[in-house]
Amino acid sequence: MEDIPPYPPIDPTTFDLIVIGTGLPESIIAAAASTASKSVLHLDPNPFYGSHFSSLPLADLPSFLSTHSTSPSPPRPRSSEGSNEFSVLDLSTRPLYSSIDISVFSPDLLDQNSRKFNLDVAGPRAFFCADKSIELILNTGANQYMEFKSIDATFVGDNKGNLLNVPDSRAAIFKDKSLGLMEKNQLMMFFKLVQGHMAGEQDVKISDEDLQSPFVDFLNKMGLPPKIKSFILYAIAMADYDQEDTGVCRDLLKTKDGIDQLALYNASIGRFQNASGALLYPIYGQGELSQAFCRRAAVKGCIYVLRMPVTELLVDKDSGCYKGVRLASGQDIFSQKLILDPTFKVTLPSGLSPPPPLQAKLPFFSQKDDRGRIARGICITMTSLKPDMSNFLVVYPPRSLFPEQATSIRLLQIASNLAVCPLGMFVLYISALCNDDDQGKKLIHAVMNTLLTVPPINSESNAAVQSETAESGCAVQDENAESSSTGPSDPGEGKPTLLWSALYNQELTLGQVDFICSTPMPDGKLNHDDLIDAAIKLFKKIYPEDEFFPQTSSENPEDDGDGDDDVSLET
Amino acid sequence: MHGRPRKASKPEDEAASTTKAQKLRALQTQFFSFHHSKIYTKEAVELSAKLLEINPESYTAWNYRKLAVEHYLSQPDCNPETVKSVLDDELRVVESALRQNFKSYGAWHHRKWVLSKGHSSVDLELRLLDKFQKADSRNFHAWNYRRFVAELMNRSEKDELKYTEDMIYTNFSNYSAWHNRSVLLSSLLEKKAEGFLSKENLLPEEYEFIHQAIFTDPDDQSGWFYHLWLLDQTVTTDHPLLVSTWPAHGSDVFLVGDRCQNGSFSPFTTVLSDSGSFPIVLYFNQPVKGVSSSTVIIECGFNKNEELLWEPLSVSNSQTAQVWVAHLKCPTSELDSSVEISVGYSKEIVSPRGSQYSHPSTFSFKVHVQPVERDSSRVSVAENILWREENFKVYRAQSEESIPIPSFDQLCIKNGHESTASNWRTEALAKEVECFRELLSLMDCKIGKLTLARLLMAYDVMSFPFANKLVHSEEVLELYNDLMKLDPTHHRYYKDEHSLVLLRKMTSSEESLLQHCFQYKDSVSSAIGNPICLRLNNLSLSRIRAFERLLWVQMLDLSHNELESIEGLEAMQLLYGLSLGNNKLRSLTALEPLRKLKSLRVLDISYNRIGDHSIDTTRYLCSSPLSHSVGSELNDVALINYWEAFYMFKDLNLNQLDIVGNTIADEKFKSVLVKIMPLLKRLDGELLD
Repeated sequence: MEDIPPYPPIDPTTFDLIVIGTGLPESIIAAAASTASKSVLHLDPNPFYGSHFSSLPLADLPSFLSTHSTSPSPPRPRSSEGSNEFSVLDLSTRPLYSSIDISVFSPDLLDQNSRKFNLDVAGPRAFFCADKSIELILNTGANQYMEFKSIDATFVGDNKGNLLNVPDSRAAIFKDKSLGLMEKNQLMMFFKLVQGHMAGEQDVKISDEDLQSPFVDFLNKMGLPPKIKSFILYAIAMADYDQEDTGVCRDLLKTKDGIDQLALYNASIGRFQNASGALLYPIYGQGELSQAFCRRAAVKGCIYVLRMPVTELLVDKDSGCYKGVRLASGQDIFSQKLILDPTFKVTLPSGLSPPPPLQAKLPFFSQKDDRGRIARGICITMTSLKPDMSNFLVVYPPRSLFPEQATSIRLLQIASNLAVCPLGMFVLYISALCNDDDQGKKLIHAVMNTLLTVPPINSESNAAVQSETAESGCAVQDENAESSSTGPSDPGEGKPTLLWSALYNQELTLGQVDFICSTPMPDGKLNHDDLIDAAIKLFKKIYPEDEFFPQTSSENPEDDGDGDDDVSLET
Repeated sequence: MHGRPRKASKPEDEAASTTKAQKLRALQTQFFSFHHSKIYTKEAVELSAKLLEINPESYTAWNYRKLAVEHYLSQPDCNPETVKSVLDDELRVVESALRQNFKSYGAWHHRKWVLSKGHSSVDLELRLLDKFQKADSRNFHAWNYRRFVAELMNRSEKDELKYTEDMIYTNFSNYSAWHNRSVLLSSLLEKKAEGFLSKENLLPEEYEFIHQAIFTDPDDQSGWFYHLWLLDQTVTTDHPLLVSTWPAHGSDVFLVGDRCQNGSFSPFTTVLSDSGSFPIVLYFNQPVKGVSSSTVIIECGFNKNEELLWEPLSVSNSQTAQVWVAHLKCPTSELDSSVEISVGYSKEIVSPRGSQYSHPSTFSFKVHVQPVERDSSRVSVAENILWREENFKVYRAQSEESIPIPSFDQLCIKNGHESTASNWRTEALAKEVECFRELLSLMDCKIGKLTLARLLMAYDVMSFPFANKLVHSEEVLELYNDLMKLDPTHHRYYKDEHSLVLLRKMTSSEESLLQHCFQYKDSVSSAIGNPICLRLNNLSLSRIRAFERLLWVQMLDLSHNELESIEGLEAMQLLYGLSLGNNKLRSLTALEPLRKLKSLRVLDISYNRIGDHSIDTTRYLCSSPLSHSVGSELNDVALINYWEAFYMFKDLNLNQLDIVGNTIADEKFKSVLVKIMPLLKRLDGELLD
């Protein structure tokens, strides 16, 4: 932070809103506030957009993760004290990632291409064609800054490495080779029931009683066989926890929500002409999304300053109310409201007692919401998991890989045609909810061992340089060796070889609204809808009078009528 | 493209269309002036292009462009380059017209015309089609054009078949794609292309394929259509076969001049014949042509030189018919003679599809002639058949008549090899039956029930082709009953099918048929000598069929049913008395099959609906006698008003007619009838002078 180039002072020095961090929720709020004619200053200590939602070059990812995995350095000596009017509170970072494990198996290959990677920090993530995020992107015009491509298919995986096509549409059911005729009929009848229910047809209405019951019970009631039930619950409704084990299930899906998910899925298929499946992925990675909203905000007058850490918070001495921030450049900037990236926590400067009004607020604000953790993994290979197919999602339902697997594991393979990696390579994003680091590792490794060949690390130097925790790198190998001895097939046969992997565990911090507000960390969902809801909620809280992106028909006068419902899709 | 509701037009839309109409009108006026003065300058041709871009339906403009192209091509300075540019221009105009409306017949036709001139790249056409078929995958114009292009560029049918598969995988609700598949498969099968050698191998795969569609979405009709085609392919034997004849093989025919004369012969095979001639009927499994004295050889003790005239029994007067008849005259000098008839030893009997009759068969019978007494006046006067319940006595077979109904065992004319070849058909049907039973166990599905009913019937017919056991008929009847309740919109169709199954069931065995055989006996005449009357009354039949088993019937009671049509009845050449009383016949023209029944003397069409509706729409299907010289003794007014009656009854030799209870049957009409049929003795029970 010492090598920050001297910045020209920011002018003006007073804003309606200061937003720190360019993650998705922050960017949406900045864009919404700018649209509502607020003066907004958007800062980010990083030299790139997106914070925890960014897509980074290969070499930058490990350093980003490790920066956010260590406890804050002891507060630097204060450059200046608060004035008479303000108290000064330290803004420090808190560790959000743990158990980071980078393994490099093919250093040369990857070094040459580092810049050609755009790796999502918060993967796997995708859009449903008809979800709220796409709606928001269209409504706000953020779509003009992004391009999308369809995810080709969704599969359900098993512990033998098979990938079963998820018959998620009429055409897919028709085409499916693994379903029997009766199963096809049952599944389609169920889809029709859902469609009829959503369309408000009286004779196919699902009763209120059923809607309030657990979705899994409803599926049982409909007489669906286990295989289809599993498809619907985990690969279409995207349930996270084992729905049939109330002991481990932290989030039992109600029929109503399950039906809503199915309706979303159904509405997504065929929404855009070029998109064959339900899911979309942005070209150049998910980081594009935050950036698109930042651009939107900039058009509306929001001022952007990257590479600008904020060191302290200025609060009113008497009331304890927030007043402004002190930048690393030393400049003090004032605003009515402040939105903080979840990276930050506010601490009292050592040896100082806070003004009385703050004493009550601070402990609450610094409190960490414990919603468990999410294990993430990024793997790079030279061959696709599925020949003839580049971009697809794989879901491993609970208990599909090992008996204690309580959450479903999702894997998204993205190929070079989405500009996330060099030509001929594939990036696999894996994630699963977990209670702790060990459990998380086990989940990610289970998938890797099923699908990939993990080569031995022969060049000790290269592997060790970047591997923060070399022991867990070995653990991968050990487990693999184990499975190869017990497994029925030759482990190397047909399995793509791992070139590089990053495994890490992320905290699931929620957003908070208090005298200052902070945004949530990326959640464990596949799409962004919950995060957008959180952003809307935050916006409403700080600007209850203002509309969140008011619909203005005159927004795009050049729109030719049929373009209002379109995202750019590459085929 | 499909399933989009039409939106009500907004005022601004209407304003827009008004300006468009004005513009169009101006263009059109100018265009017509060019057209009429045969001006083919560049501006004139461009104007027509403009017109077509706005209104691709303007057929005149397309024709004008054709003339213009011909004009350019006939210019002396025309070289290949200019030809190409002229035709390319045409293709461009068509393309922009199709963008405007790609269901425009004129535009597609024009494109075909341009291509037929040659010179144009056909590869481009397929690319264009791919684009159009992506935009609307079910557009039948595009599919039609695709077939045209595929043929033009000699694209292999297998490639096209693959294309239908791809389209079906994208969206299987695509009748056009399924249809094209059926067209291509038929052609490949016919050519016996590699991998398409026999239906036996191909059809099971296609069944498997269509099951995926039907089970995934039983509500989608395109799959069912294709299944119906497959079923048809499974059931139809390609080659025509002789299924029934009269006289039957091995039977004894007794020709008598007077019924009262001798009662010792079987009432089933005793035929009244004034002239000593009797009909020979050939009943095939499908319409055929080419039945003649050269394809059907007769050997008998008499009549060696005289050639028989075979006549197709078809209402449409075409030379193709399922039933053929010829009249053989027996000299009274030969009291007992054998006749042997050989069918199909030369290859000229063919189905309309071109399949040859390939199972030559021979049948023989004996004819016994009872010399005619020339005292027929007594008979005619006494004859008065009253279709009353009390006049019919249950028929009890006499001991010597071991096989009273002849048409059963003779059907097994040389069919051994055919039945073994049909094994796969039976297997396929059995598999289908199982499959749809399973579907119906999951859901109540009308079309599923209908298909199961069809499959079961086909299976019964197929698995016992000649024994004609109908093991599933009860189930099938139940299915149709169910359907009538479930789907009232199509009640009449189910009713028809129900009737046909019922008839099939009743005629399926000697035993069941005998239950409907009665002997006519009224207070005046004795039962002796009267033919057996088959009574199929009060069965609420709406259609009739199964004539191949009823060729022997001379008296038929179909009264108190719900018949609207008697199509096919022309096959019953021996019919002497027929009651159609109390049915739902709506017009005289519905009686057309009767015109072919030369033996018919007694007809009851009382209490029908003839004349209820003032306009008989079917009359337009009949050739009007007014257009021919009819040599009528009727005055013109009567002829104009009653020409259907004239047309229907003039050639019938009725002795007795009951027509009371029809709207048409007023006194005037009856007087016309009497004039038309001078031989008529009784009208509505009244003896005529």
